[in-house]
Amino acid sequence: MSGNTHDVMVIGAGFAGMAAALFAAQAGLSVAQSGVTGGIDFSTGFIDLMGVHPVAEGVRWDDPWAAVEAVSRDCSKHPYARMNRPDMEAAIDGFTDFLASQGLEYTGHADRNCRALTPAGTVKRTWRVPRTAWKGVLALESAAPTVIVDFHGLKGFSGRQLVEMRKATWPGLRTARVTFPRGSGELYPEHMAWALADPKYRAKLAEAVAPHLGDAEYLGFPAVLGLVDPGRVVAHLEELTGRQVFEIPTIPPSIAGPRLRGAFDRGLPPLGVRTLSQATVTEAGMDRDGFRFVVGRGGGKTEVRAGAAILATGRFFGKGLMADRHAIREAVFDLPVVQPETREQWHDREFFNARGHAANASGLEVDELFRPLARDGRPAHERLFAAGAILAHQDWMRMKCGAGLAITSAWRAVQGLRQGVD
Amino acid sequence: MEIMETRVLILGGGATGTGLARDLALRGVDCLLAERRDINAGASGGNHGLLHSGARYVASDAAAAIECREEGELLKRLAPQCIEDTGGLFVAVQGDDENYIANFESMCAASTVPTRPLDLAEARHLEPALSDRLIAAYATEDASVDPFMLSLDNLAQAVDKGARYLRNAKLVGFEMDGGRIARSVFLNQTAGERFAIEAEIVVNATGAWAGMVAALAGAHIDILYSSGSLLVTQDRLTTRVVNRLRKAADSDILVPGGTVSVLGTTSVTIDSPDLCRPTVAEADAIIDDARAMIPVLETTRYIRAYAGVRPLVMVAGVGDARSVSRNFSLIDHEKDDVDNFVTITGGKLTTYRLMAERTGDLVCAKLGVDAPCTTRIEPLPASTRGEWTEPGLGPRRWIGERDGDDIILCECEMVSRKAVNQIIDGMDGQYGSSLLNGIGLRSRVGKGPCQGGFCGLRVTGHLYDEGYVSGLRGVHEMHAFTRRRWRGLRPVLWGLPLVQADLQEALYCGALDLELEADARDDGGDL
Repeated sequence: MSGNTHDVMVIGAGFAGMAAALFAAQAGLSVAQSGVTGGIDFSTGFIDLMGVHPVAEGVRWDDPWAAVEAVSRDCSKHPYARMNRPDMEAAIDGFTDFLASQGLEYTGHADRNCRALTPAGTVKRTWRVPRTAWKGVLALESAAPTVIVDFHGLKGFSGRQLVEMRKATWPGLRTARVTFPRGSGELYPEHMAWALADPKYRAKLAEAVAPHLGDAEYLGFPAVLGLVDPGRVVAHLEELTGRQVFEIPTIPPSIAGPRLRGAFDRGLPPLGVRTLSQATVTEAGMDRDGFRFVVGRGGGKTEVRAGAAILATGRFFGKGLMADRHAIREAVFDLPVVQPETREQWHDREFFNARGHAANASGLEVDELFRPLARDGRPAHERLFAAGAILAHQDWMRMKCGAGLAITSAWRAVQGLRQGVD
Repeated sequence: MEIMETRVLILGGGATGTGLARDLALRGVDCLLAERRDINAGASGGNHGLLHSGARYVASDAAAAIECREEGELLKRLAPQCIEDTGGLFVAVQGDDENYIANFESMCAASTVPTRPLDLAEARHLEPALSDRLIAAYATEDASVDPFMLSLDNLAQAVDKGARYLRNAKLVGFEMDGGRIARSVFLNQTAGERFAIEAEIVVNATGAWAGMVAALAGAHIDILYSSGSLLVTQDRLTTRVVNRLRKAADSDILVPGGTVSVLGTTSVTIDSPDLCRPTVAEADAIIDDARAMIPVLETTRYIRAYAGVRPLVMVAGVGDARSVSRNFSLIDHEKDDVDNFVTITGGKLTTYRLMAERTGDLVCAKLGVDAPCTTRIEPLPASTRGEWTEPGLGPRRWIGERDGDDIILCECEMVSRKAVNQIIDGMDGQYGSSLLNGIGLRSRVGKGPCQGGFCGLRVTGHLYDEGYVSGLRGVHEMHAFTRRRWRGLRPVLWGLPLVQADLQEALYCGALDLELEADARDDGGDL
């Protein structure tokens, strides 16, 4: 077992964990980070800030800052109620600047949410989209003549579904199904993206879509346009087709996760982050001096000591929360979890119930510094912080605040941590 | 209003109705089956899938025990494609009623139900999942049956022999003419239009809904609605059917079915069969009780729950649901002054054929037809309509017969695009309120660990691609399908199923905003 001591251990490798590791490293702290592929692999790649409030009424907001203000006012325990706008902007800009430095540019409107197409044909409001999706936002806004391309063998992405769903307000939307220039049978976005790293296949793809272009101004593809430098692939396809090209996310397994993860895998180690990737914390202990973790199992075990820790382990899917038949528990330190009294109350009888499910607002209660509280109502540890979806009193899935909450609460956790260190 | 004619109108497409359609068609009697929703939408689709040896009933109802034994033997021989002849065990654990145990063998003998005492080590060797606190064990001849394949195969042969059927045909009322039903009026739920059927005889085979249907004709049947919930495990826990050796109670049967096991059941009296759905409390009660028999039930992964309603026909003076006879009731409504109306309800899946036979006999007597029933000797042919309900068929077909451009839409159960097309073809255009639910009923789509989270999206995309849906219809389909799956998921949301549900909501709501785009629509009923 090898050992090492760090200023902070970040537990979790989703949006919150990645952001926490980034912000802590940028602040000059020595950082270790653990965590397996989490929710990030199932994301659209969009960065939602705030889109719906009150959830029960399904009120959608174009101005996310007004929505943040409203939710902070109406739900005083929502994590956003403990933040301020300059910090939140700094956090998200810091995050997207880092991604841009790794070849993944993000963009959006200056002061309002984008409306972006999803693979279900729905339109969602989101704050920042990958630059490769931006022209899609413009095409949708202007309802310009557009062709959505889909592929034989790529399941879960139907151009026809998008057209049918949107045809009432977007009559110029068409679709064309083509054969992908490399590989036959079943196709996967990641393989397609690797293929398109080669300009030869981009040329062949452009040839395949050429007969379908007609009067289209825009050309939309499922998100398969390159893994490491999608901006270049998109630009090349624009040059080859003479059309504005954009990507639409696909359902998992999508390319968004590998792109984001690749950016962090490339960008965090040079900042001094020690990543123990694809390994989870198997033992955790804390005392007055700090924290001791064992990461991984068997021969690959690593012991990590840290003066502080940030818990960014997510919810049930991220394995930050666990449930048996009787109760919801926090997985690493067994911290108290705010939750409904009985399992009967966890979930509503209707999946799509407008109020959402009570279990979604369960999680960790934190203080002003984003330190989780112990059973006595005091911080569980002076230097233990929490960020992201594990926080209680929010429903990111229904409020559309997932990545935004992850990034901004990671920022706050690192701020709190620095106050302690300074 | 369109008017169709037939000699015999069968209301209800469960095991009894489809069995009767086959029975009559084999006798050469013209018949038409009309089902409100879909095949096995009621109790025929909401049970264990247990082919009773009869041993369950030896203490309470010797006649039922004998019927089960005889019918079980017949079906194993005549419909082997629907049955897995697993054999069964009856086991007792410390604390169970020792008098009941002591009398079990002689009660079985009295009902001619074969049984063989096992020593405890042998029982645990046969089924290692059994508790080490076993105090008695017997081998019996229980088996598991695929109720969907059974009904679909019955219907398929009926149609081959000239019977017709309509799904998504909701009975609105009867037009009476003196002491007869002159016309039965329906709503076609696919097209939203009314139509009528004129028949010489109307058979009410609507199970738990039989009382409501009879009332439309002015006849009266008192039915107690007993809802039973069941849990499906992710893995198959035993090779055989395992019964608790005690007086009939909740949670005393574990039935293997392909790659899973089904555990149940409860008995909760409800006010209307339309209110039947599994609950969190029932799931907990079932596990808390059954783990004494099979301890791994405490820790195993459950993938969903479901519920069905037993239609228990009340006889004056009988109290609780468990003591009401599980035998079937065949009622000639001549006694209610409706001459051409017959109700068949109650009973068990195991005796569905006998129920169809007796009903067929009565119908033929009333029609003056003297063709005898042949389902006692005639094998039930396997059809292509039922085959995709079989666990494990997807992977076998995929590996054995796939062609180059086919792709898998349901990855958990390996149902391909071509298989989905074949299933849709088998639905004869009668899609009703939800095509996706119809596909789910006829296949393993939505039944694996993802419970529809991924395959629901992929199959929806495919429905658009093939032109089966247009406009916002596909998203309405997604809603209907998700609502239906959720009923079964909600009671078992802890551990891994909760992780899966968290992912599904992240995808459907967090990523796709599906909760905002389309109205939630009530599609009624449970499966």
